[in-house]
Amino acid sequence: MSILLAATAAGLFAIGTYLVLQRKLSRVIIGLGLMSHGGNILLITAGRRGRAPLIGGADPSDFADPLPQALVLTAIVISFGVTGLLLALAYRSWLLSDDDEIADDAEDIAVATEEHHDDEIGDAATLETDAVDTIDVDEDAAP
Amino acid sequence: MNDLLALPVVLPLLGAAVSILVGRSRRAQRIVGVGVLVALVGISTMLLVEVDRHGPLVSRAGGWDAPLGITLVADRFSALMTLIASSMLLVVLLYAIGQPGAERNHVGFQSVYLVLAAGVSASFLTGDLFNLFVAIEMMLTASYVLITLGGRLEQVRAGMTYVVVSLIASTLFLAGIAFVYASTGTVNLALLAERIPELPDGTRMALAALFLVVFGIKAALFPLHFWLPDAYPTAPSPVTAIFAGLLTKVGVYAIIRTQTLLFPGDLPVGLLLAVAVSTMVIGVLGAIAQADVKRILSFHIVSQIGYMIVGLAVFTATGLAAAIFYMVHHIIVKTTLFLTGGLIEHHGGSSRLDRLGGMVRTAPAIAVLFGIPALALAGIPPLSGFVAKFSVLAALTDSREWWALAAGIVVGLLTLFSMVKIWLGTFWAPPTEDLDGTPLPPGTEPFTVGRPGAPLLMMIPTGVLVAAIVAIGLFGGPLYELAERAATDLLDPGIYLLANGTGP
Repeated sequence: MSILLAATAAGLFAIGTYLVLQRKLSRVIIGLGLMSHGGNILLITAGRRGRAPLIGGADPSDFADPLPQALVLTAIVISFGVTGLLLALAYRSWLLSDDDEIADDAEDIAVATEEHHDDEIGDAATLETDAVDTIDVDEDAAP
Repeated sequence: MNDLLALPVVLPLLGAAVSILVGRSRRAQRIVGVGVLVALVGISTMLLVEVDRHGPLVSRAGGWDAPLGITLVADRFSALMTLIASSMLLVVLLYAIGQPGAERNHVGFQSVYLVLAAGVSASFLTGDLFNLFVAIEMMLTASYVLITLGGRLEQVRAGMTYVVVSLIASTLFLAGIAFVYASTGTVNLALLAERIPELPDGTRMALAALFLVVFGIKAALFPLHFWLPDAYPTAPSPVTAIFAGLLTKVGVYAIIRTQTLLFPGDLPVGLLLAVAVSTMVIGVLGAIAQADVKRILSFHIVSQIGYMIVGLAVFTATGLAAAIFYMVHHIIVKTTLFLTGGLIEHHGGSSRLDRLGGMVRTAPAIAVLFGIPALALAGIPPLSGFVAKFSVLAALTDSREWWALAAGIVVGLLTLFSMVKIWLGTFWAPPTEDLDGTPLPPGTEPFTVGRPGAPLLMMIPTGVLVAAIVAIGLFGGPLYELAERAATDLLDPGIYLLANGTGP
């Protein structure tokens, strides 16, 4: 496998990874496309180089390996379909919220900042004292 | 009999097409969907009986031999998984038909559901690595549609995360297949099992690690589990139930299949054990911190996956048998728990613990339907969870992995703790917040939203699954023996190779 193809695949994976880590979904979609093309290049180069594998084209021992090419065709079609779905998701998000950012999970943030209390385990009589959201800093009985 | 192998894949796809064609009549759609899945259960049972008696079945698509053709292989493990998967798909479809929600509002639900069924069956029955990729993609694409069904903002957001993470996993899978093909010249599992041991050590370990990462993302192993609790809870209950039951198990199945057939002993034992134990612990600790029924259950999926992989990590017959039995138990219990979560949400109007309360008096049937699977998940005898957990812990004791044993016991206790927390929050204590979030004074009587209880078509499938959990707990002997036979087959791939026409 030539060094050029290996470097191309590596470069596509690198750029794709950088893009996938972005906030905007449109960039992530481009990044995913680049990554999957990197994977496809790896798959093509896994087979032998040669002439086009068409019946009657040449001596069969000169043919390029057709199996990885068939696999790549399948993979391209699959990623095409899923990219279409992702684009529809991005468009829907834009319609609903005028933005296509990948949002942080609100529930995760709420749990991390401890806005939940285990009320159901505590005694019913102590429930009212759990709702403290002002802090008395200088102990003068006023928040 | 070999020709039956293609049916679990082809029949649901045909059903999906017919389902779209008869889309105008909901009744016809339901008949097609339920009919196909009933046929699938029947075929899977026949396959399992045949494979148990006579050994693995192999079917070559188009009559072309490996490595050019695609082979479908059913050994005991695959056939058992296909049977459990089709049964769960049928039960959850009945539940979805009964629920006033996703299935009624979307014409494409039944069709996409059947494509999911085809993908799951194909990934269990395939004998080819690239066909596994295609089958998993089929399953995932159907799941992308199901998880965003409804198009609300929160669903679109959760769907985005899920789709992007899954696509990254698929790209890595493709790269892994490329490396495997470049080093061995084939993607057929049986041929790979012969050629991979001839590769140099470093290459084998790298390939094994790459496939562990790829399927670990699918199975939600630590540290690749972060997407699961964010994505699963926003989907409608039957969708989450089928995802929780099946999708992660396809990942676990793929891990077990590749690590036993292709890379036995190539990964350091400590690595897999460490990953599995961390998954158990992190999952249950995450579950304790949550305040929403569905999120707690989603974190538990992560934790229980750890138990299954621990069974694989010790790489003994008892360990693998425990892992297989645990998979069967967990598929049933997790699906039931999410279906009950849907019942809770239907009855109480919310799935947050502080907005629910006192349901043991207003809906005692739902309380029973929740209580039994919850105790099974925690491992209380005489339910299925006890047998499953006990076999995993026994396998750990046999292999003298004391740290993992201690972690397994502690995680079991913490699982019981969080199940009790759900019970207290949902069924026992009165609600502390109104449905829109305003705090209620303590001592408020519990209220119900809509009709008390739930539609019969939602309760009956859940009840059937609960009965199955009790049955496996009390009469699980034959199932465990089947798991043991399947595990011996996994450890000794000679039978698999012989059926494929290759091998020594």
